[in-house]
Amino acid sequence: MAEFDATLLSRIQFAFVIAFHIIFPAFTIGLAAWLATIEAAHFFTGRPVYRRVFDFWLRVFSIAFGMGVVTGVVMAFQFGTNWAGLAERAGSIQGPLLGYETFTAFMMEATFLGVVLFGRNRVAPWFYLLACICVSLGTLLSSFWILANNSWMQVPVGHKLVDGRIVPDDWLQIVLGQVQLVRWPHMVLACFLTTGMSVVATASWWLLRGRHRDEALVSMRWSLGLMAVLIPAQMFVGHLAGDIVHRFQPAKFAALEARFETQQPASEVLIALPDPDTGKNLYAIEIPRLGSLIASGTLDSREVGLNTFPPQDRPPVLLPFFTFRIMVGMGFVLLGIAWVGVALAWRGALERARWFQILGLICFPAGFVAVLAGWFTAEVGRQPWAIYGILRTADAVTPSLVTMDVALSLLAYVAVYGIVYSFGLTYIFRLLRDGPRDFAAPGDGTAKRPMSLAAATAPGRE
Amino acid sequence: MDHDTLILFWVAVLGFAILVYGLLDGFDLGVGMLFGLSQNGTDRDAMQAAIAPSWDGNETWLILIGTVLFGAFSEVYAVLLSALYIPVLLLLIGLIFRGVAFEFRKQSGAAMRPVWDFGFWAGSGVVAFVQGAAIGTMITGVPVVDRHYAGGSFIWLKPFPILCGIGLMAGYALLGACWLIRRGQDSLRARAFLWARRAATGMVITLGVLAALALVLRPEAAATLLERPRAMVFPALWAAVVIALFASLRSERRSAFPFLLTALSFVSAFGFLAAAFWPWMIPGAVTVADAASPESSLRFMFWGAGLFALPIIIIYTAVIYRVFRTGPVTTY
Ligand code: HDD
Ligand code: HEM
Ligand code: HEM
Repeated sequence: MAEFDATLLSRIQFAFVIAFHIIFPAFTIGLAAWLATIEAAHFFTGRPVYRRVFDFWLRVFSIAFGMGVVTGVVMAFQFGTNWAGLAERAGSIQGPLLGYETFTAFMMEATFLGVVLFGRNRVAPWFYLLACICVSLGTLLSSFWILANNSWMQVPVGHKLVDGRIVPDDWLQIVLGQVQLVRWPHMVLACFLTTGMSVVATASWWLLRGRHRDEALVSMRWSLGLMAVLIPAQMFVGHLAGDIVHRFQPAKFAALEARFETQQPASEVLIALPDPDTGKNLYAIEIPRLGSLIASGTLDSREVGLNTFPPQDRPPVLLPFFTFRIMVGMGFVLLGIAWVGVALAWRGALERARWFQILGLICFPAGFVAVLAGWFTAEVGRQPWAIYGILRTADAVTPSLVTMDVALSLLAYVAVYGIVYSFGLTYIFRLLRDGPRDFAAPGDGTAKRPMSLAAATAPGRE
Repeated sequence: MDHDTLILFWVAVLGFAILVYGLLDGFDLGVGMLFGLSQNGTDRDAMQAAIAPSWDGNETWLILIGTVLFGAFSEVYAVLLSALYIPVLLLLIGLIFRGVAFEFRKQSGAAMRPVWDFGFWAGSGVVAFVQGAAIGTMITGVPVVDRHYAGGSFIWLKPFPILCGIGLMAGYALLGACWLIRRGQDSLRARAFLWARRAATGMVITLGVLAALALVLRPEAAATLLERPRAMVFPALWAAVVIALFASLRSERRSAFPFLLTALSFVSAFGFLAAAFWPWMIPGAVTVADAASPESSLRFMFWGAGLFALPIIIIYTAVIYRVFRTGPVTTY
């Protein structure tokens, strides 16, 4: 079945370039909000430590933002090069949504990012704070439009079919459908948590090496406090996301649960090694009736299995099953870190608890892992559809595409991203390691620019 | 506003964006290519500094073109990008290397620096070439069947598109040299004059050959032009501008004139293409009306993006370039 044709290679390529892309926006969306928060704290209390924390994360932000831009430019062309079938048929819906993303991002970038990166000494403090908030709003809006597009592909609404093309009928439905209203918050919270965990890990690292004590403690307390509130919210929204899948994408839901046969009452497979060929779960640990409870909130609901769908409409099972569990698992890791950390902070023990600092450092990637796992769940579970129930992935691919060309481009992206990423990440790593004090006087945009690729993102620099 | 007006609006936005992109990213790609011709470290630093504040904003116009095509003319977006699969790949890789070079070249030790330097000028060159080849491919014709591209992977690898690629490289190099004439210091400015004269000569020669080739390859296009004598205003304008340009390149003083004249030559070349193409978007294959998205899409984009975001972007770009108008590049 897994034949390496142009479609499969395009899928792999899309997954590769977007997975590398999302790592940076996930981080910068959170960082932008974090910077606005810290700047507000600085504005209202005037404590210099906030300023040092802010300046430090601003440098990290500028590199990550630059990497996000470079990888994002690639994304903007993928729909035409590899998914022309999709672009041609659904372009009148997807194009405007992505168009709004570009216009929003462009505006945000053009106006406020320049002020934040280089304008500290040129504008009034209140305006600087306002600019920070606007940058954060800009990244949130950006993610809103992208998610609107993806949510529509997951559960298409507000459209009609005209001559084989899918055209918009009700934009309000398309932009603000109930699926979007759940998935966008889930994504935004994911970004906040990812950044929160990164901040905690960085601060832990400084404490372990006995450096930057004040900055580390301030960062830790704020970040743990925010995470402690956000993670239960995220779990609740995640539950709503599951509800949506249950209602609109029953085949995906069955795959997530590795439910091959229809069951009543349904059990919940906690962990197993699903075998789609035989339709059995090997080494399964199951809890009776929990499946019904999770899916429908009753103890005896009937839950459909994969065997109710024709074979050509079934998604892969292994990937969604495991990535879903990885995401939820990371959710519990984050919950543990946040709540234990807050308890420690409450007792003033953060600085002494070396074991917690080590744990915090190790859990650095938890948010990133959850974000990628979540997206793999959503996207692989949507297969074999590109637009669920309307357009198959195989029909979405560019008709003229030659296997050789995609193989070539995939190789090229892997090589280029490999090079660019290793240098970019080395650079971020050095910044995180060195910590706040090694920077030149803040507000002086020209002194020590971490990455003019990022710095020059602002057309507004001198 | 009815469908036809909306279509006109978005065609105009597209044309405007392409023109702005060509002029703005054109000069910084041009400086990037000239960077490869300069061996002097100080000059190289100055050249990069001359475009560092603006290159990213310039590039965003390219994404804007992409998304306007996708949203308002999705068929063209789909057909062109499928036809140009390999060139687009080269374009993106060129953009990536060029983009990261700005900082990596400063951060790296002596060992890696030549690598990023190479990435910078070679990346700029590839990007310029590919864009020219794309225009050339459109002029020579793109086979479309059932609203989809129906050709092979190497449609762009023919003499005409290749020559167009070289022509655009020369044109961008000219823009870049003129930018340096305005912004560079003594020795760099002197070299920029030399580069500008050579690039201008190269551009005129390639365009001449291209015009002759086009008449041979597409006699029917020539016939269309005869029916549209007004389109010939543009070549006439172009010729006048180019003569003035050569004249302005004779004195070696700092001046904004060469850049303005080059920009005007780009405007007239673009105007000529637009006048010759209309009403086709991809000549002979897809018309503007065929490609246009339904009214509701165009209207949806109009109210937010067209009426609100676009003017802000334009005003902001203009203000920024005004602010940067004079400052010597060394303060960067
Ligand atoms: C706007 C649309 C959109 C957005 C925001 C995303 N995707 Fe997606 N994704 C697609 C639109 C899409 C697609 C173009 O529709 C693909 C290509 C083929 C397919 O079926 O869906 C796809 C495929 C696809 C696949 C391959 C699935 C398969 O073929 O089995 C993976 C693993 C991802 N994506 C991962 C991601 C990640 C990590 C994202 C986080 C940003 C993401 N996607 C956002
Ligand atoms: C199909 C998927 C996607 C496309 C086509 C895409 C396109 C782009 C492009 C072109 C840029 C650079 C814009 C610039 O020059 O400023 C960019 C950056 C960005 N993207 Fe994406 N993107 C995609 C997925 C996502 C997702 C899923 C998110 C978040 C939820 C996201 C959030 C951002 C943000 C916040 C930026 C700004 C740069 C940064 O913060 O790193 N993108 N994207
Ligand atoms: C612990 C409880 C959680 C539950 C029950 C949950 C549930 C879900 C479900 C059902 C989906 C698939 C939605 C779809 O296919 O449309 C999903 C997607 C996703 N999840 Fe979670 N999730 C949880 C925690 C987390 C955490 C902690 C993060 C990140 C820090 C996260 C990040 C994501 C992302 C990025 C996606 C893909 C975007 C989307 O489809 O909305 N999730 N989640």
